Amino acid sequence: MDGLTRRSFLTGAAAAGAGIAVGPWVLRSHAQGGPVKIGLVLPYTGVYAVLGESITQAMELVFARENWTVAGRKIEMIKEDDEMKPPVGIRKTEKLIDSDKVDILTGPVHSGILLGMRDKVHNSKTILIVSNAGANEISRDKCSHWIFRTSFSNWQPNFPMGPWVAKNMAKEAYIVAPNYAAGRDQLGAFKESFVPAGGKIVAEDYPKLGETDYAPHLTKIKQSGAKLVYAFFSGTDAVNFVKQYDQFGLKGTVKLAGAGFLTEPDVLPAQGNSALGIITGHFYTSLLDNPTNVKFRKEFQEKFKKDTDGFACQGYDTAEVIVRALKTVKGNTQDKDKLVETIAKVEFDSPRGKFRFDPKTHNVIQPFVYIREVKEVAGGLNNVPIDKVADVRDPGTGCTLPA
Amino acid sequence: MPSLADVFAQALNGLSYGVLLFLLSVGLTLIFGMLDVVNLAHGSFYMLGAYAGLALIGATGNFWLALVLAPIAVGLVGAVAERACLRPLYRRPPLDQVLLTFGFIYLFEDVVKWIWGGRIRSIPGPAIFAGSVNVLGVPFPSYRLFVIVFGLAMAVALWLLIERTRLGSIIRAGVFDAEMTAGLGINIHRVFTGVFAFGAALAGLSGVIAGPIQSAYPAMGGEILIRTLIVVVVGGLGSLKGSLVGSLIIGQAETFGKAWLPDAAMLMIYVVMALIVLLRPQGLFGRPLK
Repeated sequence: MDGLTRRSFLTGAAAAGAGIAVGPWVLRSHAQGGPVKIGLVLPYTGVYAVLGESITQAMELVFARENWTVAGRKIEMIKEDDEMKPPVGIRKTEKLIDSDKVDILTGPVHSGILLGMRDKVHNSKTILIVSNAGANEISRDKCSHWIFRTSFSNWQPNFPMGPWVAKNMAKEAYIVAPNYAAGRDQLGAFKESFVPAGGKIVAEDYPKLGETDYAPHLTKIKQSGAKLVYAFFSGTDAVNFVKQYDQFGLKGTVKLAGAGFLTEPDVLPAQGNSALGIITGHFYTSLLDNPTNVKFRKEFQEKFKKDTDGFACQGYDTAEVIVRALKTVKGNTQDKDKLVETIAKVEFDSPRGKFRFDPKTHNVIQPFVYIREVKEVAGGLNNVPIDKVADVRDPGTGCTLPA
Repeated sequence: MPSLADVFAQALNGLSYGVLLFLLSVGLTLIFGMLDVVNLAHGSFYMLGAYAGLALIGATGNFWLALVLAPIAVGLVGAVAERACLRPLYRRPPLDQVLLTFGFIYLFEDVVKWIWGGRIRSIPGPAIFAGSVNVLGVPFPSYRLFVIVFGLAMAVALWLLIERTRLGSIIRAGVFDAEMTAGLGINIHRVFTGVFAFGAALAGLSGVIAGPIQSAYPAMGGEILIRTLIVVVVGGLGSLKGSLVGSLIIGQAETFGKAWLPDAAMLMIYVVMALIVLLRPQGLFGRPLK
């Protein structure tokens, strides 16, 4: 025991010594145009590990296409596991900013982590490109000159669904989502457009995030006599909700609609036929037939042996934004204001369509939100687009970025 | 005002959930009572059971075969874990043992990820219980009805084993006073290994049973472990009866909490636990604290 302690102490001391010795060299090389450091704060373990994985893989695909070199500088990714825990994510953010001195930061998946890291990022003038977390505030009163978002605001996939559901599915809805900020954001956006379109909310229910047994909630739905359920669930929650919805005999009698995460390819195989017929709104489906997506999907499938999903598209776009902006500024990451200005103007053909940021909020303008239905197609179940709504931008209420 | 049918339907939900908690907590409470070890890896055995079930159903296409074989596999893992890792630590402070079982959580999670990946995997249930049935006018998934019947049958079988057989009396004696039992000429180490393996096998069994309801994913053991620990506290350490009654109480409390006070569902089970511990610090059927 003593020996072990002494040994680990020695190892630690040696590592610290090496750190001191290497430190100045790192600084020098940085000034001479060393690697561009990109810090990733994503979940690599736990329930949402798969999301972090998809985002990272798609980024690697784009950087590999550029041979990991842009404008003469190497691209270096520093990955940190946030474990989906806000305190961990915030600590890792501080590490990436203060000791790794990353040039660009991306992540996280969890809205709570995003809100927690926001002030650190803003005050240290670090460029953050959000690659998943949808907290509306980041495009509203907590928007920042230094923060961009390539993924979505929680409002975006849901708002277009309100009128569509009222017109095509049912005028009365029972709404369900996990009890946390994103869940309430997502349902809030649906209500915001469903009610003015003549819809009525019969009841709302907020099960715990990470629930495994929805029986009590499903029994309530059944006994409410509702004709339609609108739901937001993601990851394992989405699998368990959809499967148990079927087991309780609701699938055939009460229509199910929701935000796209409910039936993304990370959960569809596990949901199986229980997911057939579910209608969701999302900015992406792997079936989009634009040339960028066809190429992206083929390369992604070949390299990672799985289908692309919205998360992969977010990773692709994040990396594409970085590559294009770095090329425009010729690899100069020292002039941060110039880099921010350049990122804000980046436009390209993304797998989801024409990609551009909203200058008012630095949040992506969704070229389309697709209304998708789960159907059996070649290669298994997938989200088949049946309708679409163009140019969906977050209202950005309370955001004071210069337009 | 909820109708009688509402109450009945939710009580059925609570019963199927409670029975699942029972299968899990009975193993934990026996290990706890006998070995004085808080086995934090109990949730991992549950998860291993689900994945072993997944693999066996994949290989044989037969749910029932998996229901028998998966717990045996998990029991073997438990036996090896006790014999090789836990036994050398019995003379050390309890915290070292807890730390070891905590380490197992990460070990097993990584092993499962390595073999099956991190994605959630669906476990097909037996075909004959695919539909739903009417129970006094309330439609209810027939698989959950099977879970209730199966769990209650297991409770009876376990009661017979522990109260009516020689092996059972050795286990009861071991829970009461391990040292004295060893003094009576029983090879207590072998009993320790056996109880640990048996507890792990029961956790594995609940994993297979839970699979068709909540699928399999590497982190599935963490959440359920907390409920199981609460059940053990409520029922009393080392008591089979306590584990059954505690599971049914917590199952109902959480189910009705979720149905009627969704914001306070978790609070509800903690309130129930706090009340019971206030009135009976040793739990409902635990031995009085010395």
